[in-house]
Amino acid sequence: MPSRSSIYQPEEGKGVRSMAEESVMSVGDNKSANGWFGSEQRRLLIQEYGIFLAFVILVAVLSVSNEFFLTAGNISNVLLQTSINGVLAIGMTFVILTRGIDLSVGSVVALAGIVSASFVTSSATAGISGAPYPVALGLGIGLLVGIACGAVSGVIVSRFSVPAFVATLGMLSAARGMTLIYGGGRPVPALTPAFRWIGTGNILGIPAPVVILAVVFAVSWWILNRTRFGRYIYAVGGNPHAARTSGINITRTQFAVYVISGSLAGLAGMLLSARTGSALPQAGIAYELDAIAAVVIGGTSLSGGVGRVTGTLIGALIIGVMNNGLDLMGIQSYYQQVLKGALIVGAVMLDQKRNYGA
Amino acid sequence: MELLLEVEGLKKSFGGVAALRDGRFQLRAGTVHALCGGNGAGKSTFLKILMGIFSRDAGSIRRRGKEVEFANPADALASGIAIIEQELSPVPHMTVAENIYLGREPKARFGGIDFRAMNRSAQRLLDDLEFDIRATQYMMNLSVAQMQLVEIAKALSHDAEVIFMDEPTSAIGEREAQHLFAAIRRLQAQGRGIVYVSHRLSEIFQIADSYTVFRDGAYVGSGALADIDRPGLIRMIVGRELSEEFAKTNTPTSQPGIEVAALSCPNKIEDISFSVRKGEIFGIYGLMGAGRTEIFNCLFGLDRPSAGSIKVDGTEVSIAKPADAMAHGLALVTEDRKLTGLNLADSVRANICMASLPEMSPAFAMDRAREADASRGMREKFQIKAARDTMPVSGLSGGNQQKVVLGKWFLRNPKVLLLDEPTRGVDVGAKREIYRIISDFASSGGTVVMISSEIDEVLGMSDRIMVMRAGRSAGTFSREETDAQSLVHLST
Repeated sequence: MPSRSSIYQPEEGKGVRSMAEESVMSVGDNKSANGWFGSEQRRLLIQEYGIFLAFVILVAVLSVSNEFFLTAGNISNVLLQTSINGVLAIGMTFVILTRGIDLSVGSVVALAGIVSASFVTSSATAGISGAPYPVALGLGIGLLVGIACGAVSGVIVSRFSVPAFVATLGMLSAARGMTLIYGGGRPVPALTPAFRWIGTGNILGIPAPVVILAVVFAVSWWILNRTRFGRYIYAVGGNPHAARTSGINITRTQFAVYVISGSLAGLAGMLLSARTGSALPQAGIAYELDAIAAVVIGGTSLSGGVGRVTGTLIGALIIGVMNNGLDLMGIQSYYQQVLKGALIVGAVMLDQKRNYGA
Repeated sequence: MELLLEVEGLKKSFGGVAALRDGRFQLRAGTVHALCGGNGAGKSTFLKILMGIFSRDAGSIRRRGKEVEFANPADALASGIAIIEQELSPVPHMTVAENIYLGREPKARFGGIDFRAMNRSAQRLLDDLEFDIRATQYMMNLSVAQMQLVEIAKALSHDAEVIFMDEPTSAIGEREAQHLFAAIRRLQAQGRGIVYVSHRLSEIFQIADSYTVFRDGAYVGSGALADIDRPGLIRMIVGRELSEEFAKTNTPTSQPGIEVAALSCPNKIEDISFSVRKGEIFGIYGLMGAGRTEIFNCLFGLDRPSAGSIKVDGTEVSIAKPADAMAHGLALVTEDRKLTGLNLADSVRANICMASLPEMSPAFAMDRAREADASRGMREKFQIKAARDTMPVSGLSGGNQQKVVLGKWFLRNPKVLLLDEPTRGVDVGAKREIYRIISDFASSGGTVVMISSEIDEVLGMSDRIMVMRAGRSAGTFSREETDAQSLVHLST
């Protein structure tokens, strides 16, 4: 199995507008909407700024210690490496906010990747008959695969009250199996350039996956903070009993978050195969763990009802920057995993201390 | 005479906010001492310091004249102070004996547990207290009241001389409460000191012989209950004169508001019929487990009745889920606001708006200005004391939290208000405000059905009262033709 960093091919990019800047802006906006005063507000503020501060310190340390870190090429590279995990982590945020978890995203990445690739490959042997089909069809099919997987998990969790951990663990195994069955265990190579564009192209000089992540983030932020459905998600996660007595349809809300997570996993799967130019049956293994890590580092509570998608984005960036920084310093990826583990646990420990120490 | 416990000048602040400014307390052996005060008076902080959970900023605690210092709950227990908390935390899948001796099980050979010795001593303890509980029963099979008795036994197994009881009757019925009081009297007779914390004044006058009142984090006064009457005690707790405890201004009209006929739900309620007119407050009295809440669950679509009909405004309605009930103008203030009423992690505003989201924001996007307006309106209407409505609702006092729940439902302009224990865990001042809100609602033509296990409240607020016993109605009475004795008698 290729390690994470070898799947992510470093790529060139120029004129990147810093995502960090965007996240500062959104953190700031969010705060002024809530007001600056009151201890509880301050606590939330510290919580969000705390994670942002950690991010800034990390970036500062790396900038000082390595001359290559702050180059446009490298920033673009970090953002690219973050984009897939970012998309997955944002979907995961929806699920975790409702007290759930989605362990299946890594397998769904592979399944959606390979199914969509089989529609857009120019290789006569790897694709389905008639391939390559138009890119839009391939993209649509990939999204549908993700939605379908999410819908199955969603029904099992919301209708049959199976714990999310178990339901999505089942989907993790099933979707991986389906990936292997579908592709006969072989990768689907030679994707059409039009399809590869979503993974390798640029929009106004910004890599396409980064733009896609930004759009996913903006839409998710809006849904969670500015729509009725967002209120439902926080209410269901915060207190399902109270939500139910308030007339909120818990089943539908739970179902919807798994569909969102599944569809974003489908999107991430297509981004991955588009970038690497080939859909691998073993793609996405253990991606769910990085996605959960980003959500947790971002301050979202696994017990539901508390958390922000802005935090998740920063969490994903922290993981990305850390991996990149350690790569630049020439530290083996084995050590990176140990550090990431420490980071996850450390972030939650700080969170606990803040919550109880206040 | 030597004091079991003497506390002076106890102080505790949290981040610059004083929760307790001057806690004073004296407990004599063989007495039941009521600790009174509204929400936010500093009682919980006081208890938590004595439990060893919080450390004090200043002040002294003396046990039998000796200065003591608690670093943790184990220290407090070791010095003979046990506290029976409001929220019990038993281990449900363990036996009574295992719960009592949790963490200090008698050792057998090879490091095992001597279950026989443990069960024997637990049973002796329970028998001595005349509790009808077997030590080998599983905790989960006990009633809440029995669990409370087990907690008392546990306290005594530590040989506690000072026993604090925090709102011990908040989750148990009248008959069970009498059972608890009998146990308290036995403890008293053994020369122990019991500190009884409760919002229910009638209980305080029944069981306690002396009192201490806290208000705004400070000691206000103390004395013998024989020397003070109920209005006097209320005056001390609230700090101002209260004209009348129950503000009742409504007069029932002749139009039917909600009519329930032959409502049944297997193993829960059977053949329940009643009709409440507009402008009427209809009380439902009964013990815990008598099927009171179950009626509301059926009316509100939280449970499916097997038979029966429900009419609102004279038209038969079918209710399969809470949204149906809400569409017909019903509102349900549940029994436990923390468990089923509020999303504690969320803001005051979000909680107020929680039941009106589709109405307030017909489009997918939220109408934030309207939510802010609605929230402001409810906070003014019910005088909800919150610094800002974006602060988490968990930071509010019990009374204000309950008003948030009321606000959530009043925002929907309900026709029928279903209230399940609307003043549980709410201080005297806030209680009166809630009574006024209920009364105003009925006066303006609303229909109110109110479940309560507080006799004074049922008698003080209701126009008619239905008594529930074992899932069935034991009769409906107008407030003039009934009294406390007959209600208790009928319910048991």
